[in-house]
Parts: sequence; C-alpha cells; structure tokens
Amino acid sequence: MSTARLAEPSRPAPVADPMRPVFGRIAENRREGADIWTLALEPEGGFVFAPGQFNMLYAFGVGEAAISISGDPAEPARLVHTIRSVGAVSEALTRLEAGDRVGIRGPYGRGWPVEAASGQDVVIIAGGLGLAPLRPAIYSVLGNRSSFGRVAILYGTRSPADILFESELRDWRTRLDVEVEVTVDHAAADWHGNVGVATTLIPRIAFDPAKSLAMVCGPEIMMRFAVAGLKEAGMPDTAIYLSMERNMKCAVGHCGHCQFGGAFVCKDGPVFGYDRLRQILALREI
Amino acid sequence: MIEGMLAVVRQHPFFAGLDEPTLELVSGCCRNVRFDAGQYLFRESDPADEFFLIRQGRVALETAAPGRGAITFQTVSEGEVVGLSWLIPPYRWSYDARAIELVRAIGIDARCLRGKCDTDPAFGYAMMLRFVPVLVQRLQASRLQVLDVYGTPR
Repeated sequence: MSTARLAEPSRPAPVADPMRPVFGRIAENRREGADIWTLALEPEGGFVFAPGQFNMLYAFGVGEAAISISGDPAEPARLVHTIRSVGAVSEALTRLEAGDRVGIRGPYGRGWPVEAASGQDVVIIAGGLGLAPLRPAIYSVLGNRSSFGRVAILYGTRSPADILFESELRDWRTRLDVEVEVTVDHAAADWHGNVGVATTLIPRIAFDPAKSLAMVCGPEIMMRFAVAGLKEAGMPDTAIYLSMERNMKCAVGHCGHCQFGGAFVCKDGPVFGYDRLRQILALREI
Repeated sequence: MIEGMLAVVRQHPFFAGLDEPTLELVSGCCRNVRFDAGQYLFRESDPADEFFLIRQGRVALETAAPGRGAITFQTVSEGEVVGLSWLIPPYRWSYDARAIELVRAIGIDARCLRGKCDTDPAFGYAMMLRFVPVLVQRLQASRLQVLDVYGTPR
C-alpha cells in the first residue's frame, strides 16, 4: 500500500485576466429542487476546466459568488453550474433567464485527482448539493471508464424529493460497470430505496481499500463521518480527497476570506487530500 | 439440524471471526426465518423476544407519526442486524420493522442469548463486542440525521 501523496490534478488557468470577468449567456435555467437551480452558460470562446474547479459568477448589479462547475469537462462550449439560492447573489443568479448575461471569472482552484485515480478503484461519496462539484469527476471517470477499476457512487440527501440529478443517477445505475447507491435521511413508507446516512453505504460496496481513491463532497460534518467510514474500511489518508467550502471573495488567494488553517480554499483547494486536513478538519476555531 | 444452523451462522458476516465454541453457543439460540414483502418482523412496543440478522433482502425501520403515516428512518440490508432493544430493559421494540422485499434472516431468541451471556461472561463480552459497535454506529447516524446537515445553512 502506497502512503505517498498521489499526483496533483491538472488545473487549467483562468481564461482571461483572473480579476476580469468574461461574458457568458444563459442557455438554460432548470430548477432542480426547492431551492436549487442549474444554469447552463455559453461562455465566449469556450471554457476549459478541470473537474472540481469553480468559477466566480457575477450577477450584474448584485455581486459575485463562488459556484462549483457541475457540467462535463468534455463540453467546453457549455458551462454548467448548480446553485442553491441562499443569499442575494445566488438568488439573483437563479432568477436569470435564457439569453441573460452573467460575468464569469475562472476557472479557479485545484480539482479532483481524476488522472491519479487511473488504474485504481474509485469511490465517490456525495451528500446533498455536494453531488454538483463531483459530477464533472463522474463524467470524466465514466467517459474514460476502462482506465479505472471498480467505480462506486454513493449519494445521500435529506429526502426522496431532494435527490439531485435524479435522472442521471438512474442512468448511471443502469450501467453494469458502476455501483450506484442512494440513501435518504428519512422517507415515507412508499419509498423503496435506502434510508440512513450516506456513510452506512460504505460497507456495502466492493472496492479494494489498498488500491482505491475516494472523492468526497458534502456538508463538512458528513464528510468527517465519511472519512471515518473509509478509514475503517482500510483506506489510507493519502487516498481520500475532500472538497472544502469557505466564503470566497477574490478567488486568487489575495483577500484571505477563505483561509483554512495555513491554506486558502480558493487557491490551494477547494479539493484537498485528507492527509493535509486531518489535523484541522475537526477544529471549530478553523 | 443444529449443525445446519451452525453453518448458516458461521457464514453470516456479522459473526465473522468468532471462534467455533462461541459460534456453537450462538447457533443454539437461532432459527431460519423468512418474511414476505410487507410483512412485519416486529411491531413497536411488542416484547423484544427475537431479533434478526439479515441474510437476504431489506427491512424498513419505521415509526408512525399522527397525520403523516409511517416514516422510515432507516433501512437495514443483507449482513446487518435488525433490532437492538433486546439488549436493554425493558426489552421492548421502539419501532416497527417491515420487510420491503422478501427477507431471509437468522432469528435469534433474545432470552436464550441473554441467558448465555449472563452465565458465561466471556461469551457475553464477545457478544457485546459485536453489538455495541452497531449501537454506536446507529447513534452517530441518528445524530447526523437530527442535525439535518443537508439543509440550507442558517
């Protein structure tokens, strides 16, 4: 079992001056759930990004917010973001209609180590909206399926009504080369799927913990439990990657808003190896 | 018959790693059971006389809320335990357990197992080492569910 850190992922640089937005036109705005929308943008001149990277989206006259890219890296002409409406900027973004324009700065940050997972089993654990930043990694893995060992996607959310990307989860589940498990925290008796937290799914999947790479994204408390479950299954810290979320403003490591211990989430993350986080992940002061 | 049950118990992942004499003691309290989809393994407030290790199928753990009907708070699958209230007085179930699909399980006579735990502390300790982690995992899972971590941050 190797304990060395796996190779760092590629990280495409911003398409323009990192502090100057480019225009993007809304091609589609689709409601995913009670407070979640998916915006498909057509950026000027295409847009290359790595799975796990994010953009600063600018709702003109309102402000900027850091939003994970949730689309397919193999489709640079269509830039997809999935947004929960929680504040003035995100609410303004979710109200945009086809043809409206937004400002885009990015892509920023360090993404998922998809290439480093080549030849290994891949375990993807998502909680709630955390499936959005993982979806580009899922597209990459499934688009290059023969390069990986066993692939498992575990997804947990609050209730059946809150399941994100439900039709895609169904599609992935029909494949014979991917294990997909979905669970909800609670459900009515007419739900025939799993009920319980996402971490309870870990012992049910087949993977070789000594030859696997895990990508985890969700609420921080859920990620801590997921890490505990993966470690209990035998995975080393160096093979577990988490996507962290902090309040980001400049996105280039200047303003310090997203400082996380000795790192900046915008520049050094948002994806970190757990071996880098284990000392600080549970510290409430951080 | 006992030998057949011993083989079934030996194969169940919950008891993986137990030595042969311990497995023999356990299997003396066991029987094979099956439940069709929709059938209840037990109902809330009933005596916790028998609990189950699932061999096949899935079970919903439910509680009823006025005006909302049955709410499933957990599903339990192959290799897992249904029911822990047999461990602790007053030995009564605190929820319903309903088979979602055909379930085949090992039914374990709780009085029988508790009796063997009482008379043989080493055996009792070996059993507690199996069941207490399940209790802790369910407690942690309940904490996550109560925290509603997927909700909008407030």
